[in-house]
Amino acid sequence: MKYAILTDIHANREAFEAVLADVGGRGVDRIVLLGDLVGYGADPEWCTEKAADLVAKGAICVRGNHDNAAAGAPEMMSTYAKRAMDWTKTRVTDAHRRFLAGLPMTAEEEGILFVHASANAPEDWTYVTSDTKATPSFRASKARLIFCGHVHVPLLASCDMGGMVRQQTFRVGFPIPLLRSRRWLAVVGSVGQPRDGVAQASWALLDTAINDLTFRRVPYNTAAAAQKVRAAGLPEELAIRLLKGQ
Amino acid sequence: MPVRPHPGLEIDGFTLGEKLHTGGFATIWEATHAKYRTPMVMKVPTIMDGYDGPTIVGFEIEQMIMPRLTGPHVPRVMGIGDFEVMPYIVTERIEGESFLKVFQKAPLPLSDVLEIAARMVDAVADLHRQHVIHLDLKPENFLQRPTGEMVIVDYGLSRHDQLPDLLAEEFTIPMGTYPYIAPEQYLRCRDDPRSDLFALGAMLYALATGKNPWGTPETLRGVRKRLWRDPVPPRAIRPEIPEWLQEIIMRALVVDPMRRTQTAAQMAFDLTHPQQVKLTARAHKLKQDSLLTVFDRWRVMRKIRQFKAPDSVASQLASVPIIAVAVDLSPEGEKLSSVLRSAVKRMLLIEPDARIACVNVIKTARIGIDQGTDDQGNNIHVMRLVQLKHWAEEIELPDDRLTFTILEGSDPGQAILDYATANHVDHIMMGARGHSTTRRYLGSVSAHVVAEAHCSVTVIRLPERREDRAPAEAEGASKAAE
Repeated sequence: MKYAILTDIHANREAFEAVLADVGGRGVDRIVLLGDLVGYGADPEWCTEKAADLVAKGAICVRGNHDNAAAGAPEMMSTYAKRAMDWTKTRVTDAHRRFLAGLPMTAEEEGILFVHASANAPEDWTYVTSDTKATPSFRASKARLIFCGHVHVPLLASCDMGGMVRQQTFRVGFPIPLLRSRRWLAVVGSVGQPRDGVAQASWALLDTAINDLTFRRVPYNTAAAAQKVRAAGLPEELAIRLLKGQ
Repeated sequence: MPVRPHPGLEIDGFTLGEKLHTGGFATIWEATHAKYRTPMVMKVPTIMDGYDGPTIVGFEIEQMIMPRLTGPHVPRVMGIGDFEVMPYIVTERIEGESFLKVFQKAPLPLSDVLEIAARMVDAVADLHRQHVIHLDLKPENFLQRPTGEMVIVDYGLSRHDQLPDLLAEEFTIPMGTYPYIAPEQYLRCRDDPRSDLFALGAMLYALATGKNPWGTPETLRGVRKRLWRDPVPPRAIRPEIPEWLQEIIMRALVVDPMRRTQTAAQMAFDLTHPQQVKLTARAHKLKQDSLLTVFDRWRVMRKIRQFKAPDSVASQLASVPIIAVAVDLSPEGEKLSSVLRSAVKRMLLIEPDARIACVNVIKTARIGIDQGTDDQGNNIHVMRLVQLKHWAEEIELPDDRLTFTILEGSDPGQAILDYATANHVDHIMMGARGHSTTRRYLGSVSAHVVAEAHCSVTVIRLPERREDRAPAEAEGASKAAE
């Protein structure tokens, strides 16, 4: 089974479309969206509807903190995120809100756990940024593979038979064998707002038949996405962030 | 590990036979499978009760890397076992003993040293091309196929530069085999393919002299000494070792990887072109450095924490390419050869560290014995060599990076291709002559090389003006344009 795992789309239609184009033709059986469909970007309606459409066709989608906020739940947010969220709320309809509010916090399939932030406390939106931060997720979940988003910077960690959790380095575009002797946690970088200094959309391809994971990056029209952010009157910093990828 | 190996055990379709070998970390068993006819062996790690970190990680690395390797220099993997039941790796069985026995007989006759060295270096070059640094090269890890190719085994300490390095932060002491471990590996670098060249150098030293360059240290302190202490020059131990071989060995044993032999392909090239090895002070040395020199080096080296590693194995190999230039020395090829030379000079601007191997082919008859001399009694081989060197005069490169070879063959294209394969050539440059009718029907040498080369090929043509073409062809072209 081949999974395309996407996360943190953040209302960036250009990036979302570019990733879906890259996913197409790779024989993917299931698309997984790890949440934060909206927030920051200028296309919340299109991105929510596209996600709903994918879910109707069998995709898995879990809820992120921005989805939660757009659906009306109180969420703590940084200044820019909050300004963008206030704007987003004026754009989404009741149908969008119902879809976002109805998303599950986690999903599990074939012993793989999908969650927006961490496996140990999905509602706390904890950032998994290191092996230490990944350890509680391995302790809380029995899943052999855990996929998270939320951080916007890709990360890979393994938990060996002795329970030792270690961050692992990897190269983008090269398949990583997810050894069965270990459990693995991958933070998939963001589709719509990468923050690792590379202004390209991230996604990950998991092939459970051969047990390989590939982190992928896709270039997209950052200028168009940034221009839309400006045109919507959203903070300039959010436009620059797309151009710089950080 | 709930299941333990024993004769007759059936697991995932494999049946175990006799135990062939008990090593420090693993046992090796005969194995059979209904699906495979080739003789196979199963390697099962000896995992102590409870958690045995180093053995497990080493085995995980092998399970990760070995299935990704292909070709004659690595054992083919048939199956991999889960740690849940019993971890194992099944590979084809390579008959014969490891090279440990051969090394125990060292010093060997020099012709044997060279032959074994060339095959070892070939195997390492192939491994590096597959993005793997072995990091534990030693005689025990070289086996030989009945066909002669060396097979490298035991990848428990290896590094595949496109995969996560499970050993990166795992252990605090440097890992490797003390007589062969490179200085940067002692300093815990696991990213430099040149570490394997150092190990090759140490093994070559041992084959030629019967001694390890730094003895057989048993402590890390003993290993550290090689950062400042130079080994006894091989020629001081065995005077009949030629200077060029000492140069090759000692260049592989240079402490700073930047100043060491840069790729296995370059080392293979040197071993097969001994007359063209550039001899430095290293080649002539007959004594170890004076204590004063060693003391000065110690003062610098004791503070060194690391040497710079290349970005990746591939980038390291690509930074010092071998470019073969096939030159046509016939009078009608003169213009084209001069354009080819300009192209080579431009190429050196992009690849300043390239090695240029100039070749020319003497075409021999398919049947019968060719005369090595022409009608006037001149030796054709020598004449061509002189011409080839003359052609290359404008290419400004040090001697050791500009080499000349005259090949012979009834099929010049094939001769160039064989040379490129045997010498790990990264890029071929050659000229293509114009469009003659014969060429169209018989095929051209450059087309043959382009079609079958395993590396990049740049083909140079003389700029052709429209009016130079045959009338029929020009007509056809203008029709097509309409």
